[in-house]
Amino acid sequence: MDILSLIVKYGIYTVMAVSVLAAFSVTLLPNLFHAALALALALIGVAGIYLSLQADFLAVVQLLLYVGAVMTLIVFAVMLTSRIGEPSSAPQNNQLVLPALSACIIFFSALYAIIRDTPWPVRTPLNLAVNTEDLGRALMGLYVFPFEVISVVLIAVLVGAAVVARKDRE
Amino acid sequence: MDQIFVNLKHAIVGLAANMLPDWLVTITSIKVSIVGIAILGPVTMMYLTLMERKVIARMQNRIGPNRVGIWGLLQPLADGVKMLTKEDIVPIHADKIVHFLAPVLIVIPALLVFAVIPFGRNMTAVNLNVGVLFFIAVSSTTTIAIFMASWGSRNKFSLLGGMRSVAQMISYEVPMVLAVVPVILMTGSLSTNAIVEMQGGWHGMKWFVFTPWGFAACVIFFLCSVAECNRSPFDLPEAESEIVAGFHTEYSGMKFALFYMAEFMNTFTLCGLTTTLFLGGWQGPLLPSWLWFFLKTYALIFVMIWFRGTLPRLRVDQMMGLAWKFLLPLTLVNMLVTGLWYFLSRPLKLTMSILVLGTTFWVLTKLNKPYVPQKRVYQFGE
Repeated sequence: MDILSLIVKYGIYTVMAVSVLAAFSVTLLPNLFHAALALALALIGVAGIYLSLQADFLAVVQLLLYVGAVMTLIVFAVMLTSRIGEPSSAPQNNQLVLPALSACIIFFSALYAIIRDTPWPVRTPLNLAVNTEDLGRALMGLYVFPFEVISVVLIAVLVGAAVVARKDRE
Repeated sequence: MDQIFVNLKHAIVGLAANMLPDWLVTITSIKVSIVGIAILGPVTMMYLTLMERKVIARMQNRIGPNRVGIWGLLQPLADGVKMLTKEDIVPIHADKIVHFLAPVLIVIPALLVFAVIPFGRNMTAVNLNVGVLFFIAVSSTTTIAIFMASWGSRNKFSLLGGMRSVAQMISYEVPMVLAVVPVILMTGSLSTNAIVEMQGGWHGMKWFVFTPWGFAACVIFFLCSVAECNRSPFDLPEAESEIVAGFHTEYSGMKFALFYMAEFMNTFTLCGLTTTLFLGGWQGPLLPSWLWFFLKTYALIFVMIWFRGTLPRLRVDQMMGLAWKFLLPLTLVNMLVTGLWYFLSRPLKLTMSILVLGTTFWVLTKLNKPYVPQKRVYQFGE
C-alpha cells in the first residue's frame, strides 16, 4: 500500500503543477483564445485539487459552474471579439508596469506576513469530509439567511439581464 | 446469471492476488473496470451506428446495410477501417494544436461519465456519492471541446455551428438539471446506486416514471437529453441544409469518427441515465439485472432514432422557446408537485399532482402559441 499512496501523492502534485502552469499561461499566452483554454485547464486542475481533499461536492460544482458555464461565457465573449485570429492580439500596454509591480510587492509582502505570523497548528485530521447532506442542512438551517439573500440578489440579476438584453420597442 | 460480470471481475482479481504484490492487485482491480468501460464505450458506439442505419432504413422502407457479414453485422468494422485509411485534412489557416486537440478532448467526458452509470446490481464502476451531479458536470465540459473544434477550424460554418451548439447545450442544461431535482428530493441522495435502490419495490417495478412527477420529469429529461447530444429534431448545430456539418465541417477521417463516437457514447450514457433516474435502472423481475438495464437503455435509444425518422428539424427560435418558455416553467411546477407528493396522503396527492401538472401543461401550451409569420403579399408575382 506504500507504493500506492506514493503514486497518489505524486499524482496530486502533478495536478497541482499542471494547474499552476496553466494559470501562468493564462497571463503569458499571446493568443486570447489559447489563454481562455488555459484558464479552463487551470479551473479543471482546481477541481482535481478539491477532489483530492475529499470535497467531492465542491469539485463537481466547480466543474459545473466554472468549467461548464463561466468558461463557456468567456470563450463566447472571446470568439465574438474581432481580430482574434492574429497571433499577438493581446493588448500590450507598458504604462501599467509600475502599478502592477507595486501591487505585486504589496500583495506578496502581505502574503508573506500572513504566512509568517500564522501559527499553522498541525493536528491529527478529524473526519473532515463534509458530505452533501451536511452541506444541505447547513444551508437550510444555520446559513438560511445569507442563502435567501443570495437568491434574492440572483433574481435581481436575472431580471436586470433580461431588461438589458430586451429589444427596445418603439 | 445476475452477477456474471461481477464474478468475472472477482475471478480476475483473485488470479492477480495469487501472483502479484498487494499494490498491483489494487491497480488491477481498478484497471479491470476501466478496461471494461473502455471496451464497452467504443463497441456500443460501433453498433449504435449500425442500429441507427438499420432502424432508419426500415422506417424509410429500405433494408439498410446488408453486404458486410450477415445482416451487415460487420459494417461497423468496415467503417472503422475506412475511417482509419482516409486522408487527414487540416485547413491551412487552422490553429493546428486546437484543431488536433478538439476531437481528442471531446471523447474524454463522454467516456468519463460511464463511471457512474449502474449497469447492473453491484456493477457501478465508481460509486460516487455525488454521482448524478458528476454526470451533469462532466458532460457540461463537452462545450469547450466543441468551441475548440469550431474556432480551431477557422471556418465560418464551423463557427456558426459551434455557437448554435453551445447556445443549445446551455439552454437545455437548465431544464435538464431541474428535471433531476424531484428524483433527488424523493431519494434524498445524489448517488446513482441509491436512486436505483429506491425504485426496487413491487418486484422491481416501482419505477419513478409511474408517478405523476416522475412521468413529467422523465419526459422533460429525455427531451433535454435528445437536445444535449445534438440529435434530430434538435440537430441544428449540424444542420446539413444550412451550415454543411456545423462544428465538424473541417474534420475528416478518424478525427471525424471521434466526434461521431463522442456523440453516440453521449446518446448511450444519457439514455442510461434516464433509465437510472426514472425507469428503475437495473431493477426488474425475472431477467438478470444488467439485461434489464441494457433493454431499457436500448428501448430509449430506439425512441431517439424513431424521433430522427419522424420529426423534421426545429427552427432556432422554436428550439429556444421550447427550453425556456415551456420546459423550464414545467420543471419548476414539477418540483412543487413533488413536494405535494411527499407531504400529502394517498388519494389526495394523486389527484392534486395530476391536477396541478395538467393545468400547468394546458396553460403553458395556451401561452406558447405558435408564432405565425405575417402573410407575404406578392405584388407582381401572381
